[in-house]
Amino acid sequence: MHREEKIWLTLSFGMIMIFMFITGYQAFAQGMAPPSNKDIIDPQKVDQIAPFDKPGITKIGDKEYEVVMTLQVFSFNPGNIEVPAGSTVHFTLTSKDVVHGFEVAGTNINAMVPPGHIQKITQKFDKPGTYLVLCNEYCGAGHQMMSTTITVK
Amino acid sequence: MAIPKTLKEKANKAMGISTEDARITKTYLFVAFMALLVGGLLGLLQGLNRAGLLELPSWLNYYQVLTAHGLLLVLVLTAFFTIGYFYAALSHTLGGLLPIVRKMAWIGFGLKIVGFVFAVIPILRGNASVMYTFYPPMAASPWFYIGLALIVVGVWMCAFGAFIQVANWRKNNKGKHVPILSFFATGVFILLFFGSLPVAIEVIVMIIPWSFGWVKTINVMVARTLFWAFGHTLVNIWYLTAVSAWYVIVPKIIGGKRWSDLLTRIVIIALVIMNITGGFHHQIIDPGISASVKFMHVFMSLAIGFPSLMTAWAMFAVFERTARKNGGKGLVGWYKKMPWGDVRFLAPFIAMLAFIPAGAGGIVQSTNQLNQVVHNTMWVVGHFHLTLGMSVVMTFFGISYWLVPYVSKRVLTPAINKLGVIQTIIWTVGMIIMSGSMHTVGLLGSPRRTSYTTYGDNATALGWDPYLLMLAVGGTLLIIGVLLQVYAVINMMFFAPKGETEFPIAEEEEGASKTPYWTERWGLWIVIMLIFVGMAYVIPLTEFIVNAPPGSPPFKTW
Repeated sequence: MHREEKIWLTLSFGMIMIFMFITGYQAFAQGMAPPSNKDIIDPQKVDQIAPFDKPGITKIGDKEYEVVMTLQVFSFNPGNIEVPAGSTVHFTLTSKDVVHGFEVAGTNINAMVPPGHIQKITQKFDKPGTYLVLCNEYCGAGHQMMSTTITVK
Repeated sequence: MAIPKTLKEKANKAMGISTEDARITKTYLFVAFMALLVGGLLGLLQGLNRAGLLELPSWLNYYQVLTAHGLLLVLVLTAFFTIGYFYAALSHTLGGLLPIVRKMAWIGFGLKIVGFVFAVIPILRGNASVMYTFYPPMAASPWFYIGLALIVVGVWMCAFGAFIQVANWRKNNKGKHVPILSFFATGVFILLFFGSLPVAIEVIVMIIPWSFGWVKTINVMVARTLFWAFGHTLVNIWYLTAVSAWYVIVPKIIGGKRWSDLLTRIVIIALVIMNITGGFHHQIIDPGISASVKFMHVFMSLAIGFPSLMTAWAMFAVFERTARKNGGKGLVGWYKKMPWGDVRFLAPFIAMLAFIPAGAGGIVQSTNQLNQVVHNTMWVVGHFHLTLGMSVVMTFFGISYWLVPYVSKRVLTPAINKLGVIQTIIWTVGMIIMSGSMHTVGLLGSPRRTSYTTYGDNATALGWDPYLLMLAVGGTLLIIGVLLQVYAVINMMFFAPKGETEFPIAEEEEGASKTPYWTERWGLWIVIMLIFVGMAYVIPLTEFIVNAPPGSPPFKTW
């Protein structure tokens, strides 16, 4: 093996290791790990099981909100959420039928919501504006209509 | 036995491929390029719809078209091309196919075609708009899944045929290395077999009984996980097929020698061992898997990048060395000595270049936090049009300009070569425009697999429209590329002047050190591969089964 090739391969290996280190540091030290909640639920009885029997938005602290939301073909419940600027919002999500996606354009919110599992994701909304919420996992004929908004005032 | 065997091998090399072996490859390639034609036209329809330029009729909706486009290009084009190409390679380098192997290739062909018809009818009738990922609990007609299962079994027939062919050669050539292209074929067929086991379990054991109604519910996450154990392996199988041409064919076409034989074989072994475990990065933002398991999978996915970086070095080293031998000068001036006007070089060369951004994008996507930004957006679609649509498919196109004449006993004419060069340029420009706009609009949040929508004239969504328009521009160029390519293949298969075409396999460098024999120990590589698969999948699958929620009934939501 040539010397230049050894240098190249060492750099390649190093690059992958640096990638790993940064990813790990962000995930575990800075709390930026991807949404990985492990609670489960009976997907056919979502309406009867707390907290999803009462989907909605609750104020749980100073500029802190919890949103309990169900996803179903082809809507988000509750929709058209409003929060003041600077709020931290904790989303608790589950699906009542097929696999859906929960994406808020212009933020890092992006989570899969398969039936039977409860997914959780948190986001702080600093900038006022109207954010587009959409389903990004194909879920049927009306998939392109499955959207709502989060208004930050 | 030994003497006639060698004689036959020599005859095969000197006289070209036998008619019977040629017919297999010719038929497989014909189906592959017909799939390209139909799949490409469907792709154009989608692109125009996505840009808001075309409203599809109610009897042919966007999701039907998308399912068929994916199935034709992701399964049919790639599988048929890969098998046709490697069967020609096995025939050429191992002294002709054994009669039993030929028979298996035809049985496999029949199973795949029947399976495909089974799968397509429900799609056309609107009973299977579930995409080629068919995530439960969306449930298509059971016949769609039976069709898929038949396709998988058909692929297995071809894999076993290849194993029999290679084993027979090894028995007759004790202590010798399997010729490099057949070594690639062995790796590819091992991956095809082991990689499709999980999806076969998903479809046959879980989905078919459930879609018939014999079982009431299904474990959604187990099905999804089994699918991706297969799904990502499949993309790496195409990639490994393309890589085989980069290492073995392209050096010969430019008049050079192969890169180190040992290193080539190590790259193949590494890709086989580490591949199946890569699939988990498709589930980075799924619930039910702990963050630490996901982090381990980032490592497993990124590890696949290492053999690719080895390849990058090897390829450019071969180019530079060959060009300098032909009188190339200067730090970068040597590139002028490359045969730019030869489509058999130009197409795979651009394919390799495309793999630089494509591979980098892949590394981005398989990393936890970055994945969260782009998951299921148009970025991903841009990524696999760059990897599959450029790196892999352009290599396949480049191969077609000698493989089709080789099996048809015809020649590549200067006119078709010129057409090929023009095709390559159109395809490159089209893919750069399309994939570039897909990546950009994906970063802005536009989702994949979604027909044209403004989400009620939402300002954010309206801001995506210019990029989606560019996407349609790229798509239109690509359909011109498809038509030129299919024309070239048909011409070379049936109308080009008769003659002999060489199967271009580059020699090793003079004085290259001998490759140690341990590289041939496939049994050991398979065991190591299975250990890797176990490390990756036992924990998450056990968790999904032990900690399973009540299952889901089938839904038809389209």
